[in-house]
Amino acid sequence: MTTTLTPRRSRPPAQPDSLRARRLPGYAAPALAVLALLLSAGIVYGVDLGGPVLVVVFGVLLYLAGLFTAANAVEGRRSARNRVWSALIHSALVLAVLPLASVVWTLVSKGTARLDGDFFGSSMNNIGARDANGGAYHAIVGTLQQVGIATAITVPLGVLCAIYIVEYGRGRFAFAIRFFVDVMTGIPSIVTGLFVLAFWVLIVSPWFNDGRPSFSGFAAALALSVLMLPTVVRSTEEMLRLVPPPLREGAYALGVPKWKTILRVVLPTALPGIVTGIMLSIARAAGETAPVLLVAGGGAAINFNPFENNQSSLALFVYQQAGEASKYSPARAWTAALTLVVLVLVLTVAAKLLARRNRLGR
Amino acid sequence: MGETPHRSAHAGTGGHPVTQGHERSAGASARVAEAPVSLRTPDDDHGLGGGGGLPRARAFGAERAFRGLTLAAGVTVLVIIAAIAVFLIAKAVPALRANSANFWTFEGWFPNDDPATFGIGALAFGTLLTALLALLIAVPVALGIALYLSHYAPRRLGTALGFVIDLLAAVPSVVFGLWGRDYFVGPVADLSAWLHTYFGWIPIFGDGPYGNSILLGSLVLAIMVLPIITSLSREVFLQTPTANEEAAIALGATRWEMLRTAVLPYGRPGIIAAVMLGLGRALGETIALALTLGSTYAISFNILANGGNSIAANIANRFAEANETGRGALIASGLVLFAITLIVNITARAIIYRRREFTESAA
Repeated sequence: MTTTLTPRRSRPPAQPDSLRARRLPGYAAPALAVLALLLSAGIVYGVDLGGPVLVVVFGVLLYLAGLFTAANAVEGRRSARNRVWSALIHSALVLAVLPLASVVWTLVSKGTARLDGDFFGSSMNNIGARDANGGAYHAIVGTLQQVGIATAITVPLGVLCAIYIVEYGRGRFAFAIRFFVDVMTGIPSIVTGLFVLAFWVLIVSPWFNDGRPSFSGFAAALALSVLMLPTVVRSTEEMLRLVPPPLREGAYALGVPKWKTILRVVLPTALPGIVTGIMLSIARAAGETAPVLLVAGGGAAINFNPFENNQSSLALFVYQQAGEASKYSPARAWTAALTLVVLVLVLTVAAKLLARRNRLGR
Repeated sequence: MGETPHRSAHAGTGGHPVTQGHERSAGASARVAEAPVSLRTPDDDHGLGGGGGLPRARAFGAERAFRGLTLAAGVTVLVIIAAIAVFLIAKAVPALRANSANFWTFEGWFPNDDPATFGIGALAFGTLLTALLALLIAVPVALGIALYLSHYAPRRLGTALGFVIDLLAAVPSVVFGLWGRDYFVGPVADLSAWLHTYFGWIPIFGDGPYGNSILLGSLVLAIMVLPIITSLSREVFLQTPTANEEAAIALGATRWEMLRTAVLPYGRPGIIAAVMLGLGRALGETIALALTLGSTYAISFNILANGGNSIAANIANRFAEANETGRGALIASGLVLFAITLIVNITARAIIYRRREFTESAA
């Protein structure tokens, strides 16, 4: 770059080249990369150490070493460090994109095999190990019902809790609630499953069921709502805090009571953000397997009643099919996984787009 | 307040000379002092002003009801956390009583036998080992991506990639587990064989059979927590004050020196919190590990061989066959997991609350 003759605007024409720091020419980095790869291929295949993956890994290491040496000699140590770290940060991106892209590719290529009407129209009832058909209709019904009930429980509870924290709560008690909501976000899903198992399935449900513990979709909904609650509270809380104080003060000045101000002024203003948080928590709950596995029972037949008898869910269906010995079950598992991911991603994307249109902004 | 008109009334009539000395020195004392009296008199007669015209708060109005409702919702959170602990303990204690082996050290899981024997040692070890290995792999990569997204990538590309990362964080864990079991097992087995051939002298790279190993579980776990840590730490890096960055650049710092001196120190609490939250997620991960670990009950540092287990994966794997004591034993192990994650989370939150710059939720 220093050798170019056309002076740039930032550089006075009278400035001699000797005052500028010396820099590596622009072609140095790509040339070094090619050289490193060739050298690494030569060494790896020459000594027979491994395959193409090793060539790339070894090549990257050689490239970093070469880059440091070259930059150190021409530009100095600080610039050499800068170049190596920049290269490392870029390679981190590539390193992470590879497996994630592989997950997506495997999902799409294997998941489309059973993507037919039969899959969405039938259940696993009376499907043996030798049957190629069978579908996830019962699991889709289960997922929708469980997530629906969980949302119906969580949303009022979570929004009211957030209103308490933001509008009414003062002092240590409100701080404790806020703190434990945060702690609750980290409770593992399997623990919420065990909690509902211990509390609802083993202790409460025998009262309604002649003394026998009963697994049900409702129990799964309870576990999911414990999982959703902290997410809903936190996002609602953040949105309520973003509502400008003059809106509240204007309402107070007109003599509107506080509760009516909250319901008529504050909540509608924050609504898009709240809905975004709710949708994200629904997406997370729809993908949860562990709690459903513990408390819903997971039947093979269609069960429209979430309060009685076993129910399955899409995530649980994936897990169960993955564990089955039939040669047809992997295809079913992958198609169900694809369905689940599409469901979750549609919810997430919709939520994010809604958040982008939100006037309050994050 | 109540005394003032009294006193000035006296001043007008010339009484109480001892206390009024300073008022007189101001000159024209009688007039000045008398003015408030004449203004105040009608107030006293009619009882207006002072907020008396506003409606009184009703004891059982809508305001109180709504306030009580929100308070109840807030208390529910505390009740749920307490209830989780109470019910888990209540169901775990009978199983722990029936356990004839040492719960902490016994390596095995036979709670359904008549003298029930089960121990958490190997499971807790596997949980911690897989989670720590996963973090060891994921954290440097995640921080690299976060730095790339916040400070290297063009703004539009950074936003778009950040969006994709957020989407990946939402992909259900069962999908990652299925991918690990059906596809990733092959490459990892090759890698294991290679590692054993050339680095077999390190004890953790022991002999096979390769397959559903701790290495596979940790790698899948690392890929799962990567988007979470990336997305959280990216938020932190973006919050660095531009003035700090520009000051570093203006002093002649290279880009890396700017990141090291301005961005990373500023974001340190946020990074620690993001890592702790990732650790919490990794410790509690169930299905991905249930599908990828070999489900054995031995403490072994050989991360290449078939085997490994974790508390959560064990619950998922052994739940179907569990009887009364078996369920209790699984609940007891879940209680241990709850305690571990609670400690990790409370530590992370304490760090976050100490430095309020980082307020993004952990959704």
